Amino acid sequence: MDDAHRRRMEPTHHALKVPAGLALAPALTLAAFLLPVVAGVAGTLLPAFGWLPALGGHTLGLEPWLELRSAPGFATAWWTSVATGWTATLLSVVLAVAVVASVHHRPWAVRLGEWMAPLLAMPHAALAIGFAFLVLPSGWLARLVSPGLSGWALPPDVSTVGHASGWPLVAALLLKEVPYLVLMILGALGQVPARAQVLQARSMGYGAAQAWLAVVLPQVLAQIRLPVLAVLAFSLSVVDVALVLGPAHPPTLAVQAVRWFSDPDTRWVFPASAAAALLLATVAASAVGWMAIERALHAGVRRWARRGTRRDWVSKVAGVIAVIATVLAALALLAIASLALWSIATQWRWPDAWPVGWTLAHWQRQATQLAGPALATLVIGAASTLIALALVLACLEHEAQRGRSMGSRALWLLYVPLLVPQVAFLFGLQVLLVRLGADGRWPAVVWAHLVFVLPYLFVSLADPWRAFDARYARTALSLGASRWRVFWRVKLPILLRPVLLAAAVAFAVSVGLYVPTLFAGAGRVATLTTEAVTLSAGADRRVIGVWAFVQAVMPLLVYALAAGVPRWLHHSRRGWAT
Amino acid sequence: MTSPPDHGSRAALRLERVQLAVAGRTLFAPLSAVVQPGACLTVMGPSGCGKSSLLAYLAGTLDAAFSASGRVAIGDAALDGLAPERRRLGLLFQDDLLFPHLSVGGNLAFALPASVRPAQERRRRIDAVLARAGLAGFAARDPATLSGGQRARVALLRTLMAEPRALLLDEPFSRLDADLRADVRRFVFEHAREHGLPTLLVTHDAADAEAAGGEVLRLDDPRGDDAQG
Amino acid sequence: MQRRRFSTLALATALFGGMSARAQPQAVPPWNEVLAKARGQTVYWNAWAGDEQTNAFIAWVGERVRARHGVTVQHVRLKDTAEAVSRVVAEKAAGRNQGGGVDLIWINGPNFLAMKQQGLLYGPVTQALPNFRLVDTTHKRSNVVDFTTPVDGLAVPWRLAQVVFVYDSARIRNAADVPRSAAAMLEWARRNPGRLTHPNVANFMGATFLKQALIDLSPDTAVLQQPATDADFERITAPLWTWYDALRPHLWRRGQQFPENESAQRQLLNDGEIDITISFNPAEAAVNVQAGLLPASARTFTFAKGTLGNTSFVAIPYNAAHKEGALVVADFLLDPQAQAHAQDIRQIGAVNVLDLARLSPAQRQLFDALPQHPALPTAAELGAPQLEPHASWMTRIAAEWSRRTTR
Repeated sequence: MDDAHRRRMEPTHHALKVPAGLALAPALTLAAFLLPVVAGVAGTLLPAFGWLPALGGHTLGLEPWLELRSAPGFATAWWTSVATGWTATLLSVVLAVAVVASVHHRPWAVRLGEWMAPLLAMPHAALAIGFAFLVLPSGWLARLVSPGLSGWALPPDVSTVGHASGWPLVAALLLKEVPYLVLMILGALGQVPARAQVLQARSMGYGAAQAWLAVVLPQVLAQIRLPVLAVLAFSLSVVDVALVLGPAHPPTLAVQAVRWFSDPDTRWVFPASAAAALLLATVAASAVGWMAIERALHAGVRRWARRGTRRDWVSKVAGVIAVIATVLAALALLAIASLALWSIATQWRWPDAWPVGWTLAHWQRQATQLAGPALATLVIGAASTLIALALVLACLEHEAQRGRSMGSRALWLLYVPLLVPQVAFLFGLQVLLVRLGADGRWPAVVWAHLVFVLPYLFVSLADPWRAFDARYARTALSLGASRWRVFWRVKLPILLRPVLLAAAVAFAVSVGLYVPTLFAGAGRVATLTTEAVTLSAGADRRVIGVWAFVQAVMPLLVYALAAGVPRWLHHSRRGWAT
Repeated sequence: MTSPPDHGSRAALRLERVQLAVAGRTLFAPLSAVVQPGACLTVMGPSGCGKSSLLAYLAGTLDAAFSASGRVAIGDAALDGLAPERRRLGLLFQDDLLFPHLSVGGNLAFALPASVRPAQERRRRIDAVLARAGLAGFAARDPATLSGGQRARVALLRTLMAEPRALLLDEPFSRLDADLRADVRRFVFEHAREHGLPTLLVTHDAADAEAAGGEVLRLDDPRGDDAQG
Repeated sequence: MQRRRFSTLALATALFGGMSARAQPQAVPPWNEVLAKARGQTVYWNAWAGDEQTNAFIAWVGERVRARHGVTVQHVRLKDTAEAVSRVVAEKAAGRNQGGGVDLIWINGPNFLAMKQQGLLYGPVTQALPNFRLVDTTHKRSNVVDFTTPVDGLAVPWRLAQVVFVYDSARIRNAADVPRSAAAMLEWARRNPGRLTHPNVANFMGATFLKQALIDLSPDTAVLQQPATDADFERITAPLWTWYDALRPHLWRRGQQFPENESAQRQLLNDGEIDITISFNPAEAAVNVQAGLLPASARTFTFAKGTLGNTSFVAIPYNAAHKEGALVVADFLLDPQAQAHAQDIRQIGAVNVLDLARLSPAQRQLFDALPQHPALPTAAELGAPQLEPHASWMTRIAAEWSRRTTR
């Protein structure tokens, strides 16, 4: 809703002043997540130029960069990061756009967002581990067709996981990025009279897909810019997925940086910081590159539209690409299924399509070891989600009561933690925490998680919260309720479902965080994700299956709870539009 | 005054025993009508009687919750079962729905069939059409900078540019201020007559029906007391 | 197998002889005093926690010493021994000469060297332990010389490791076909391309593979006991690189990709992607067949000339808070009951450090009663382990390999 429209719908509260506590909310929220990022980037950039007195770096200079350049395989590592990052981003944009363009006019398209949610809830690491097993030459997909269809008595000596090009890394990134972008596009569609405009275009002879691409896409491109940049930043600097699926000689630059940061010999901190700074610069340059692509896309679509050519094949191509996206979704589900199968398998050797036997022994044996990290994951997730929820609700209420929306600059600020590569600021954050004596403990990890959880929570909650009909609140106020009571007894119950769903999204984000837990926890806080990634380098897939499956399922359970609780609470009342 | 390109003799829009139902409940009695080229059939009725759904049915975009029976045709060519992009029917909605990322000229060019080539010929056509409508030189303008009346006129021009066989108007004047309404109404009906297009107008404003000057059809009140959708 | 990362700190000390103060020998009190003081203590045993069986064994040790001597063992799980070493170094730097947080470390190699040279170890302790008289110091030389460094009693041996190779006898049906030398391995790889590999040489196991090949290919191995110099290195390792350059194209994935560690390589064997893997645990095949991680047809072989062996030690830092408890635990590790339990392939299958001739018949029975397995090599098959070269050779080999193979 643009400002003019809002003002028509809801006059500003001239008579009511915003309570003091609420007025602090935006500042507090900004401090909570921007400060760590800014401090962290500073704390990582300085060592990149040699300054870290605590570890013997007393002079500014370019030595860390020279060390970085002379490290074996540095150029390849950097190039691999760039190539995989860009390929994953461009492909996910194309796939997401094709999916929406092909199905937007179908009656079930409204439910598309709901189907994306389970895929998004699964942590990257679990998906990567499962996907690795799928695509290995001795993996599940190969076992399903061997030796019958493929004629392979032995697994073929073909490189998949760990391939120099990083294609399994790209594929695994797509598994989550495509649903994410589809969701963002669907959200952006709400701001645009998409349905009517597409109808208009179709009446002029354009097919559904072409109509959507020519008419709606340019309007939503600006709105999905931040999500696409977040995808770009993540793909260029992902660590856990690259550890599991990426090349190893050399690894991607982000993985190399984390290895150096974790090396017991602290001399490596300097080239690691330089690598992190380089990644930051790469992401910044790539962001500029994407905006140029956006501009070119706009110009291209305009030119295409002016020509007036109505082409049938657009719908067909979009349809094919959408099918590819569906195949990816199926692969994601298979990946998780493989984890579940391994966790209850006795033995599963090549070329069996299924395990030879079933047992619960692995679950029993891992149960005691799982308890600690599982608890840590739950507590840290719950804590960061609840704190983020309090901050976000305070900010949104503040905005609602002031009557003015926060504007696009606030949205950019909100996205900062998602646009800065994690390795580029987490080391600096760790230094800050060490200085405060707080590193390695749960509050530090909660804070680090908070930084990432906040943007996702805000983005999920903002639209439903802003769409709340203010007349409910006004009616309640006029009935004599205090503003606090209005919030707790009127607004929150009505918006319970979006709040719970947003909280579930936030929790899922927290569960999946790897690098933040590693750094803020100084390697001492074990969550399901850190353990699963460490284990993935080991050799007992049955144990890995147990851990990765628990890691994958935990957010899903929370999500199901979040979706089910409002339904159960309000089962006697129909008509919950939200 | 240059006449619009001739596309052969115009055909009438025929509806034969068209009936819509939702949730097992029929919305109106079977409807049959023939709209001659250049004439306008006005469909009126209270909210919820199904008049917008009727238009959606004709355009081929009826919501899946509805079921429909009957036949629709233009002349001899049946429209049933055709995808919306094949029907070549012009649509005008309450909102002008000018595409904000294209200029006025871009919007018109989008509608203009690709068979008009090369680019200069397309530009000449667009400029001519705009000039005739009193909007000379507007081709490069951003639609957001136009006034309400100008946008409504550009919307109609765009619809006509796609060379439709009939016009379907879904309360296109209801968002306009009263003083503009008469002007835009006249503009629309003049052009419809000039292009010889059978027109179907859905409205709840009697003044619109009067200005259309054609037959007026009232859809029955919905049967039953539970009035929804 | 204890995983190790060679921190540059330790390596620098090894290469350039280090200049830290020598530890003052500290006398160990008489044993009954030690036992009395140890009762009620909690010993923080810092040990690598990479696999289930090892962790279970450490837990078993804890139960036993608690039952016998009232000492509680707390297993501090490490991903890398260097973490514990760094901790003691940091404590010394902070002047904490008593009440240190680390009581017992599972250690060997450069980490041991670093601690010994910096005077971070308590001792000598071995002579004070009653069970030390059972240790074989003649035929199992690595019990007293660790990677060319004399132990001097500062660390207590507790398990032996020796390089073995594991293969799938369902794939290599004739036991005579297994390659029992580096040259034979090259031949075998030529005939079976893509079925052999080794871990990434940055990993300890991968470096060991190359080290073993070097020893097997070198006519004179005595020079390897000395630190490597630039001149020597090129000359001595030339045959190794010739051999490796010929081998690499026939390796799994054409030598472009390597498994990260020995566990990953074992997984490849289990998946049927390769036919031979390397390990430092002679009971590797037997233990993993029991655990369902290798096929029942897995078997073990060593090189005809013998393979490398080393000993894992436990050492007590000079500033440990619970020295007596640590001594009791160290002594218990040498107890035949503990050694036999460790050697049981249902536990960790670790080779014992004892001289079986010195055991009483009852104690010997503990070893004879251990379950056998076709994949378990006999002592005769293992032969006398070769001594580990000086640590500097390993670092240089790793660096050279990295230079040659990174794109």
